[in-house]
Amino acid sequence: MTATATPKTKRALRALPLRCRNCGVERGAAPLAICEQCLGPLDPVYDPQRPLPDPATIAARPPSLWRYREWLPFEGDPLYSEDSGFTPLVAAPALARRLGVAGVWIKNDTVCHPSLSFKDRVVAVAINAAAAFQLDTVGCASTGNLANAVAAHAARAGLTAWVFIPEELEAGKVVGTSIYGPKLVRVRGTYDDVNRLCAQVADRFGWGIVNVNLRGYYGEGSKTVAYEIVEQLGWRCPTAVVAPMAGGSLLSKLRKGFGEFLEAGLVRGTSPRLYGAQAAGCAPIVRLVERGGSTIEPEVPHTIARSLAIGNPADGVFAARAMWESGGWAAAVSDDALIEGIRLLAEDVGVFAETAGGVTVAAALALARAGRLRPDDEVVLCVTGHGLKTVEAVTGVLPEAPLIAARLREVAALVERTP
Amino acid sequence: MSITVNLPSVLAAHAGGARTIQATGRTLGEAMADLAARFPALGPRLQDKDGNPYPFVVFYLNDEDVRFHGGFAAPVADGDEVTVIPAIAGG
Repeated sequence: MTATATPKTKRALRALPLRCRNCGVERGAAPLAICEQCLGPLDPVYDPQRPLPDPATIAARPPSLWRYREWLPFEGDPLYSEDSGFTPLVAAPALARRLGVAGVWIKNDTVCHPSLSFKDRVVAVAINAAAAFQLDTVGCASTGNLANAVAAHAARAGLTAWVFIPEELEAGKVVGTSIYGPKLVRVRGTYDDVNRLCAQVADRFGWGIVNVNLRGYYGEGSKTVAYEIVEQLGWRCPTAVVAPMAGGSLLSKLRKGFGEFLEAGLVRGTSPRLYGAQAAGCAPIVRLVERGGSTIEPEVPHTIARSLAIGNPADGVFAARAMWESGGWAAAVSDDALIEGIRLLAEDVGVFAETAGGVTVAAALALARAGRLRPDDEVVLCVTGHGLKTVEAVTGVLPEAPLIAARLREVAALVERTP
Repeated sequence: MSITVNLPSVLAAHAGGARTIQATGRTLGEAMADLAARFPALGPRLQDKDGNPYPFVVFYLNDEDVRFHGGFAAPVADGDEVTVIPAIAGG
C-alpha cells in the first residue's frame, strides 16, 4: 500500500493580547500599538504556561523564523511569508583578526527572503497580524528596506499596500519597492516627516500600517535574529553583538530574544553585551548612550546611510537601556568610514552589505580601537541589508576595470602589470 | 493667542471626542496648560507633573517637531496649528 501525505490542516490564526510596557494595562488583541491610557508601547502577552520546544524539536523544523513560533505573537499557524528568516551565520576569521577578538560571525540578513533585508522578519509577522485582523490594506513609513519588504510580502498575500518613503532614496530602494506594484508615495522631507504622516494615516484610514498600529506584533519578528544566532552557534550565546540602529527597535528586541532563550533554558550563560551602531550624521541614540539620561534629542539626518536616517527614533530610549543593561555601548562612524566598512566586509567575508552594514563593521572597528571588545570575545555583527540596494555608496570609490580587446596578449600584458 | 490643536483619536477620547480643539497661550506650554485645565483627563497625557512635554507624545507646530524650536517654550501665534502625535511609531 502506498502511503499518501495527508495535508496538514492549518490551525486558525489568532493574534495574542497586548500589555502596555509602561503602565502594565492589558487589552485584547487589536491593530493598536499604543496604550489607550498612557500612550506607552503595547507588547504581545505570551502564556507563561505554554509548552515550549527543546533544541532538537526546533532544529527539526523548516528553516524559517517560524521554527520559533512559540515566541511569536500568535496562536495557530501563519498564513503568509513562511520562508522568511533563518539566514546564514558566516564565520569571519579575517575580521576577527582586525578586531583582535577570538571570533567574529556575520549574521547575514543580506539574503533574508523575499526582499534581502532583516525587515522581511518583522513584515512576515506583521502581514500575518494583518491577516489575523482581516485587514485588506497594509502600509508603512520607510527608509527603504521596509518599503521593499511590505511591498513584496503584500504582493504575495494579495493585500493592497500603501508605502510612504522620503523623496531622497537610493534608486535600488525605490525600484525594489515599485516592482511589486504597491501604491508607492514619495513625501517631501525626511523619514521623520513621513513617519509623522503615517501616524496620522493609520489613525484616519484604519489600514494596517506595519510600523505604526501593527507595531507591537511587527517588532517581535526582530527577536528571531537572536534565536537564530543562539541556535547557529550550537545553542550558546556570543559574548557581544553589534547591530545597526535606526529607530532602535532591533537592539531592544535582541535583548528580549536572548533573554527569552536564557529564561527557557535553551541556552546557558549570560546575555551578550549589545553594541549599537549609527552614522555620525544621524546618531541620536549613540549620543543618548554617551550622554546618559532618559530623553532622545532629535536630529536632522545628514548621512548617506539613509536606511538608518531616523532623527527621532521611537525606540531610542529602550535601545539605550538594552545597551546599558547588557554592559554594551554604542559608536557613531563617518560616511567615509562606513564606505570602508562595506569594502572590508566584502573583501574579508564575501558579503556585500548596504550602507547600514558598513556602519556596523566600522562601528565594530571603532569599538575595538576604544578597548570595548576583549581578546576572548566572540562577536556577532548583524548585517541587515543587501549591498545592491545602495550601490551609489560605493560606485565612485571602486577601481575602474580595465577594458581590453578579446586578445590573449592583452590579458598577458595585464597580468604582467598587475601586482 | 488662539491656536488649533489636532489630536489623535487615542487622545480625542480624553477630550470629549473632539479631534480638533482651540487653545490659548503665548507659548506651546501655555496652550497645553490651557487644555489641561479645560480637559482634566487630557492634561496628564500632554504634560507631565512638572509641566514638561509628556514623553509618549510629540508636538508638531505647523508641521515642525517643536523640539527643534524650544519645546514648550516655543512661541505660538494666532492661527498656528499644533498636531499631537503618539511618540511610539516608526522604525
